Order: sequence, then C-alpha cells, then structure tokens
Amino acid sequence: MHEGDFFYQAFVYLSAAVIAVPIAKKMGLGSVLGFLLAGILIGPFVFGFIGEEGQDVMHFAEFGVVMMLFIVGLELQPSLLWKLRTPILGLGGAQVLVTAGIITVVVLTFTSLVWQAALAIGLTLALSSTAIVLQTLNEKGLLKKEGGQNAFSVLLFQDIAVIPILALFPLLATSDVITTGAHDSHLWVDDLPMTIHALVVLVLIVGIILGGRYLVGPGFRLIAQTKLRELFTAAALLLVIGITLLMSQVGLSPALGTFLAGVVLAQSEYRHELETDIEPFKGLLLGLFFIAVGASVDFSLIAANAGLIAILVTGIIVIKLVVLVSVGKIYGMRSDNNLLFSFALAQGGEFAFLLFSFALQNGVLTPAETNPLIAAVAISMALTPLLMVMNEKFIQPNFGTKEQNGRAADIIEEQNEIIIAGFGRFGSTVGRFLQANGRQATYLDIDPNNVDLLRKLGLKVFYGDASRHDLLHAAGANTAKLLIVAVDDQEKALKIVETTKKHFPHLKIMTRTKTWNDCYNMIDLEVDGIYREYYDSALRMASDALHEMGHRYYPSKRAAIKFRKHDEHFVAQLAHLRHEQTLFLRERRQYIEDLEKMMLEDIENEAQDKELGWDSTTIREEFAPIVREQMDDEEGLIENDSNTPTN
Amino acid sequence: MKVLVLFAHPALHKSYVNKVLIEEMNVIDGVTFHDLYELYPEFDIDVSHEQDLLSQHDCIVFHHPLFWYSTPALLKEWQDLVLQHDWAFGSKGNALKGKLFFNVVTVGGPRKAYQKGEFHNHSINELLSPLTQTAALCKMTALPPFVVHGTHAIEDKEIQQYKNQYFRLLELLATKNVDVNKVTSYKYLNDYLKELEG
Repeated sequence: MHEGDFFYQAFVYLSAAVIAVPIAKKMGLGSVLGFLLAGILIGPFVFGFIGEEGQDVMHFAEFGVVMMLFIVGLELQPSLLWKLRTPILGLGGAQVLVTAGIITVVVLTFTSLVWQAALAIGLTLALSSTAIVLQTLNEKGLLKKEGGQNAFSVLLFQDIAVIPILALFPLLATSDVITTGAHDSHLWVDDLPMTIHALVVLVLIVGIILGGRYLVGPGFRLIAQTKLRELFTAAALLLVIGITLLMSQVGLSPALGTFLAGVVLAQSEYRHELETDIEPFKGLLLGLFFIAVGASVDFSLIAANAGLIAILVTGIIVIKLVVLVSVGKIYGMRSDNNLLFSFALAQGGEFAFLLFSFALQNGVLTPAETNPLIAAVAISMALTPLLMVMNEKFIQPNFGTKEQNGRAADIIEEQNEIIIAGFGRFGSTVGRFLQANGRQATYLDIDPNNVDLLRKLGLKVFYGDASRHDLLHAAGANTAKLLIVAVDDQEKALKIVETTKKHFPHLKIMTRTKTWNDCYNMIDLEVDGIYREYYDSALRMASDALHEMGHRYYPSKRAAIKFRKHDEHFVAQLAHLRHEQTLFLRERRQYIEDLEKMMLEDIENEAQDKELGWDSTTIREEFAPIVREQMDDEEGLIENDSNTPTN
Repeated sequence: MKVLVLFAHPALHKSYVNKVLIEEMNVIDGVTFHDLYELYPEFDIDVSHEQDLLSQHDCIVFHHPLFWYSTPALLKEWQDLVLQHDWAFGSKGNALKGKLFFNVVTVGGPRKAYQKGEFHNHSINELLSPLTQTAALCKMTALPPFVVHGTHAIEDKEIQQYKNQYFRLLELLATKNVDVNKVTSYKYLNDYLKELEG
C-alpha cells in the first residue's frame, strides 16, 4: 500500500464517520450504530470504496478495544473491582456456561455436526461484544447503573474466559489441522510445560501489578517533569502497547492485561492525564473498528443464505436474551435493570471472529460452517444498538403496565396535601424537611430500587411514573394542594407539569430545574415555584468564600440574596423573550452583559451601600459640623482629656 | 467576675468607631467577646448555646450602635428568643439573677443633643430604658451605660481614648474592682471612670 492509498483510505474512513455518526446521533441511535452504518455504506457491497482489506483494518483497530479496557480500568478503583467479584464470577460464569450449553444442545439437535464442533460454536457464541456494549452503555451514561455494571462484569468474565477457550480448541480438533504456514498463534510459551507456562503467566500478572504500582508512577513523574506533553502521550501509548505485546507473547488477552494495568493505575495521580491522553486514540480506533465490522458484513453470502442467516441471527439473539433475563432474574435484578443488562449483551462478540478463525486452523470447524456464523455474529453486533434503542423506547417504559409479573404501579392508600415526585437526593431533602416539620407527603418515584430501599427506612414512597395522570390521581392529586416535582430527568419533569396543568389545574406546582432552558420551559408553563438545583448551594458557597476572604458574614449573605433576586428577575425576563430564536440569541448575549453590569454594580454597592440605612455618609455630611461644634463646646470627658494636660 | 460582651453590628465595615473599640477585646482576661452578626448571619440564633454562655458569665454587656434609639435587629431578635420565660424571667426564671448588665452604645450626636428640649429631646438613659427594664425583669442589676458620643465627627485620637477607657472598665469589672453601689449613682460609666482617673 503506497502513500496515496493510505490517504485515500483514511479519507474514506474519516468522511464516512464524520457524515454517518452525527446523523445517527441526531436520530438517537448512538455513535456505534453510526460507525457500523458508515462501514456498511463504504464497504464492498454498497459503494465499494473499500474492499477486502477491511478485515486487516479490523484486526488493527481491535487495538481500540484494548485501549478502551485500559480506560475502563483507570476508572475502576481496585476496591470497586473487588466489590464486583460476585457479579463477575456468578453472573458471568452462569451466562457463559448456560448459553454455551444451550447453544451446543441446539446445534446438536438441529444439525449433523459432531459434539466437538457444536461445543466450539456454543462457547464462541456465548461471548458478547465488549466494544459495542461498553461504548454504547458509556455513551448513554448507563455504565454506572446496576444493569450496566452487571453487563460490564459479564464482559470482564468473558474476556477471561477466552483464554481457557483458546486452550480448549486444539483438543476439540476432529480433522487435520490446516497448516497455513507460519502462524502467529504459535507462541514460544507453547513449547514450555504446562506448569512453567502457568508460572510465566503468573509472574507477568504480578509484574504488571507491581510495575504499575511502583515503577509507572515515578516514570511518569520524570516524564511529566520534562513538561513535554507529547512525550507523556507517547509514554502512555508505549505503556498500553507494551502490555499488549507482553500479553500476546504469553497468549493472554491484551485487553485483560491493559485492564489490569488500568485498575492498578486507577489510584495514581496520573490517572486523569493518562485517560485524556489515551481517550482520542481509543475513540478513533474504536470508530475504525466499528466501521470495519460494518464493512465486513458479507452481503453476497447473506443473500445466498438469507434464510439460514436470519435463523442464526434470531437464534443467537433469542437464546442469549432468554439466558440473560433468567440469569439476571435469579441474580435478583429489578426488571428495568435486567432488561438493560439483557438487551445489552444479546449479541455475538468480536472474539467470535478470532475464535472461529482459530477453530478453522485447529480443524474444529470448516469454512462452510464458520462463514454464515461469522456473518450472523456481525449482524447481531450491528443490531445491538438498535435493540438497545428499542428496549429503551418501547419495552422498558411500558414494562410496568405490560408485564403482568413485573412491578405494577403501587396502590396508594394514603392521601396527603403534598405530593412529591422524585425521591432522589433532591426530593428526599425536601421530604425530610417537611416531615421534620410535621408535614406528611405522598412520594412517587420511578426507580424501584430507590423505592424499596426507602421503604425499608420506613418512609412512605410509592413506585410509579408521576407523569401518568391516573397515578397522580391515585396519589390524591384531586384533593392535594401542592405538587413538588423533584425528578432529575427534566423531560420527565416537563411531562409531569404538563399532565398536572391539564388534569389537576388547581394544584400549585414547585419544580426543580437544571439549566436556564429548563427554567424557561417551566416559566412558560406558569409553574408557581422554580428552583435551580445547584443555584442556592453555589451562592451559599460564594458568600462563604467572601467571608473567608475577610468580609463580614452578614453583608455577604445579604449580597448573595440580592444577587439571587436580580438573577431570577433576569431569567424570568428572558423566558418571555426567547420565543423568537434570533432575538433570544441576542438577548442571551445581552444577559451576559447584564450579568456583568449587575456584578459591577454589586461591587460598587458593596463599597457604598447607598440604599442601606446603615450607611451614615450623608448623615455625616449634614450633621458632622454641628456635632463637632457642640462637642467642642461640651465640657465632656474627652474634651477635658485632650485639652488639659494630665498630671 | 466573667464579662460577656454581646456585640451586634450589621455593617461593621462601615463603622469608624466600633472597629477600633472591639479590636483585641478577647485578649483581656475574663472577657468573652461574642460577635452576634458574625455567628448568626441568617438570624439562626442558637438559643441553648446563648443561654449556656450567659450562665457562665457574671456581667452581660450589650455593645451596639444605637439605631433609631434601639438595638440592631439581630440583638432584638436575640432578646426575643434567648430571654425565655421560666429561664430568664418569671417566678421560676432565675438564670440571670444577680448578674450585672449594662449597654455600650455608639451614637452619632454629642451628649448635649441628648437632653430635654434638644435635638433628641431625651437622655441616653431614658432612651435605653426598655433595655435596662428588660435587665431588671430578668433580675439583673443594671449599671449606667458606657456611651461613645459624636461618632459622626469623631477623630482617631478621641476614638483611641474611648477605647482605653472601655478596656479599663472591662478590666476593672473582670478583676472585681468596681463598686457597684457607687457606680449606679452616675449617669454614664464614662463619668465614673473619669472620676477614677481624675
């Protein structure tokens, strides 16, 4: 490949990404699907900008997965990893074994394959796609949720499971090993006895942990002292690539090695630096990887075997879904988390490409068997973001009503004058305060875990979606006087307010908002009270900061209150002006200017405080001469002291 | 004798006199300086803490500028909340019984303006009678006030003289060198101190 080719390819890949990803994101499909679509479009079967070399690109781009796990590791403190040990072993183990078992049995039942081949297929298809799942979950901010975290745990187990599976395949060989000449899967450690091999692996892992803890820190400190940013980036890349090489040398998954290194470095002071340095490389390579997956979808093969592949794809997804949902249920996940978890992991993974080609080399399977399977895996991967969107949009929101066995909205037996929607950090503070002052409220929350936990604490919290008018009705909206909307999700908050205004116009509404835009929306809806979530604490902090700098406390507090009132006034004005978009933009700039003016004015007032009765400047101007005169006349104590010399 | 100075000034940054008067007051042995506006900027007075503090002292001082012939708002709130029935007054309210009480006030006008027929038409003693009567109801012995006059036209040298007098007074009280019976016969504590110096 000469230079022109390289730039041409880079141009094709990058422009496909730049065009497809924003469109996919705009449609709410996420970047992963965007990259996949871009890949399909530029691939050999649609526009044909790139040909068979897509496979090579994919192998190269798999390095993005390695980097991703390094970054995931960086964000995972060892203590958290230790906490995850049950889901990793329990959930992960159960998922891989049960899925592999069922697929093996299905393959044995419906095909004429021998059990060795069936087992290889079962084990391979049990694995899911770390790249697609983590990227999608991360993008949606779901990685921290219970469902997301469990999905991550399972993926981690699968990464570990690849190693024994690779070791097992040669034992499953039924035909002669295809000799493809030199192949890099033959490693120097393969010649060593089993025990020595294990020892080498162990030494390496301990080496990574100790090295990460004691060598990398000082190393990076030295590099940081050179103050050359590029050098730091180079060193970060070197670290990841070095570990990748080491791990491949002994036949371990590089992703696992870098993940381990990431976890070790999660406590280092260079954690954020490393993260920001690796992040763009990871992003680009992952994007490339997804494009390559898209491009590798062999449409001619699919067209030739359309029926078979459709069955395979459906089979993979359905079997995995069923197993995941059952495993999740046994593990005790709530339906919404379980659905997220299951839909996230119901696909074949990139390991399948590796394992299938490995199986070919070892004579476990034949190309006629693997080709449709590889196509099916690629399609199931491409479908994942779509499945997750489907779950998010259609299945999860309705599971409360549609699923008879799932959790239906609670029946609310008590009716209070206050209804609080959302019992998270914000709503719970409001609720606790009201309760402390003898005001009972009816609480509604949409997070079942939250509801159960708070109920254990003896609070009256009810499960349900407060934007549904029947639930509000059940909560006593007809007789209540006040609705407090404390939910985090502003779209939901807006819906709740709209429903309330429509069905229960007598209710006063107080609502928590986040951005200026949320405020404007609420002002348009004529909500009675609008509370920006961080505003008061920010101002309290600001006035305390003034105090820290030596200002008196009380004037600092007054300044903060005054500031808040000014600000609220301006926000209200802007809300009425914003409907003309262009005018709004202008006004928004105006707001910044006004804010600046306000701040300057505040500073001046702080110095003069003209409006305050405490200021005696003008009194002094008027009365000082008279006072002075009278004081001088007086035979007061001070006068005597200053005029008559003391003995 | 332990002296508690309850200081109330909402805008100390604008004060010429009080800034100097309170400086290093805490250094005096037996004197506790208690800055109300700094402690309770949100008027969130901790009543039981204040009552404990009062119980631990023998002489209570209200030190404040005279705003509209009265105390600043927070010191009024303090009285309303802290001087509870059955604690400070009433048949069972003996917590403050026998303690000394007096005001330290800073006023803009000269002493001459505070008498019948003049600008303010009342003496400082008359104007402070709600406070001295409060003290009486709480079974405390009210002493005459210490008054800083003419803050609208005062000079640095004069402020310093007031401060010296004030600190002298606090030291005398802390070391029990004040003849209470004699002191009560003066209009101002300033006059008593002047005579001591005289």
